[in-house]
Amino acid sequence: MSILKGKGEKIIESFIKTIGLLSILPVVLILGYIIFTGVPAISWNFLSQAPKDGMRAGGILPAIIGSLYLTLGTIVVSVPFGILTGVYLVEYSKDNWIRRTINLTIVNLAGIPSIIYGLFGMAFFVIYMKMGASILAGSLTLGIMCLPVIITATRESLLAVPNHLREASLALGATKWETIWKVILPAGSPGILTGVILSISRAAGETAPIMFTVAAFYLPFLPESIWDQAMTLPYHLYVISTQVPNMPKANMDGTLFVLVSITVGFNVLGAYVRTKFKQR
Amino acid sequence: MNIRKTKDLLMKNSIFGIAGFNIIIVFLIFFFVFTNSMKFFTSFPIGNFFLGKEWISLSDKYGLLPLFMGSFWVTLVALGISVPLSIITAIYIAEYASSKTRERLKVLIETMAALPSVVLGYIGLYVLSNPIKEFFGLNTGLTALTGGILLAFMSIPTMVSISDDSIRALDNSYKEASLALGANKLETIIKIILPAAFPGIFAGIMLGFGRIIGETMTVLMVTGNAPILDSGILSPVRTLTATIAAEMGEVVQGSTHYYSLFAVALILFAISFATNTIADHFIHKSRKTMGK
Repeated sequence: MSILKGKGEKIIESFIKTIGLLSILPVVLILGYIIFTGVPAISWNFLSQAPKDGMRAGGILPAIIGSLYLTLGTIVVSVPFGILTGVYLVEYSKDNWIRRTINLTIVNLAGIPSIIYGLFGMAFFVIYMKMGASILAGSLTLGIMCLPVIITATRESLLAVPNHLREASLALGATKWETIWKVILPAGSPGILTGVILSISRAAGETAPIMFTVAAFYLPFLPESIWDQAMTLPYHLYVISTQVPNMPKANMDGTLFVLVSITVGFNVLGAYVRTKFKQR
Repeated sequence: MNIRKTKDLLMKNSIFGIAGFNIIIVFLIFFFVFTNSMKFFTSFPIGNFFLGKEWISLSDKYGLLPLFMGSFWVTLVALGISVPLSIITAIYIAEYASSKTRERLKVLIETMAALPSVVLGYIGLYVLSNPIKEFFGLNTGLTALTGGILLAFMSIPTMVSISDDSIRALDNSYKEASLALGANKLETIIKIILPAAFPGIFAGIMLGFGRIIGETMTVLMVTGNAPILDSGILSPVRTLTATIAAEMGEVVQGSTHYYSLFAVALILFAISFATNTIADHFIHKSRKTMGK
């Protein structure tokens, strides 16, 4: 008699069920901790003021605005590029070495550790292209990092668009680009949008790629152009939790709460778009 | 009419150009990492890099081994926790959970993946490190173990979702045939479903490994930043990634130290390239088993 039968089966099955449920316990505890400590630390002053006294007082407005600029910059860089590459792969490419090379580059771009993007961004954009540490250099670095997710999402969504839509549009005399722009892209948009939102959520929380391409240690005012450095939420959290002695815990918890609200918020939005799409 | 045709042609060529640009970007990244590494190897003996037992940038000692050990211990802990947990969780989600429970669990698991690594670093510093220090009676709670636990947490979402997908993508005939022969549900899962879904599960593990080895901020914050060769699970360590992040800010541009960081990046690049190629191979293999 095997241990997989009878009593053994019952024991192992309840073990599987327990572990399956317990594995999500840490995320519940972490979210609980972040909400429990973070909410009391949030106030209008905290959200609307610049840091003061070497960051030990005041708020996080420049970091919020910096993250916002950087996220917008990332979208501007990665969205058109990623979507059009996806369009190329599905609508224009033939099964040749170019398509295979692009698919290979996507797989590998997706796996490159984020710190290598940071290293590359610093060596190429900041130093070689002489952009200096700036919102522009950071957006380009993060934008490249987001490309694989957006390209893959676009490719999968466009592949799912039924062929008769293409045929009907072309038969009515539309050019290929008109078909793509007015028929295929709208039909694939929910999937593309989900990919964009998820990759932006990722980018908004990244620290390693921006440490040396854009992030400022302490900059108690707002950036004025894309050539400026900027404070960002993830780097600010890193700085105040490791580099600033005697940092008040409430300020750290508040920053943590705002950062997690933004990244998890994006993620919930992405999940919402996807489920809406499924219902159709 | 002519304008429409011109526009069509223009878009076709632009899209072709843009798609080709992706190849250029990957080439540029590789080119920068590679050429800068080569500048390191021309001024620093390659043997001393790979076999060097000390990494002390101040006295120009760039030995890879301590960093390698750091990454090794952290990865060992992370995989030791995340692989069994992920497989069991995936079995639970795919085979036992009701559809309502499954949806809820998947949402929470995706939320896990959405937490930025600096957030987990913070949790490691202010929540996890003290209990670890007390429990093991250590001088510091910033150890390979602390980093490994957090990295396990980060790699679980990848592993669970890919394993779950590959289990659920299996043709029902596998299960039905096994049950019809008199096997119970657990026997079917362990003897039929897991082996059949193995390529997909393995691909998930490889991608999770890729996240673990490439993760930077969490290990930078919680593993104690000590490049020691004679390290273990309970000692402070420093990983390959954390070394780049920690030293990039203080490095003199164009110095041997500067180029040494690119050499470390080249090693990481090679590991991630190998990992992805293997994972990709197994993903294709699992699609084949599913007949797709």
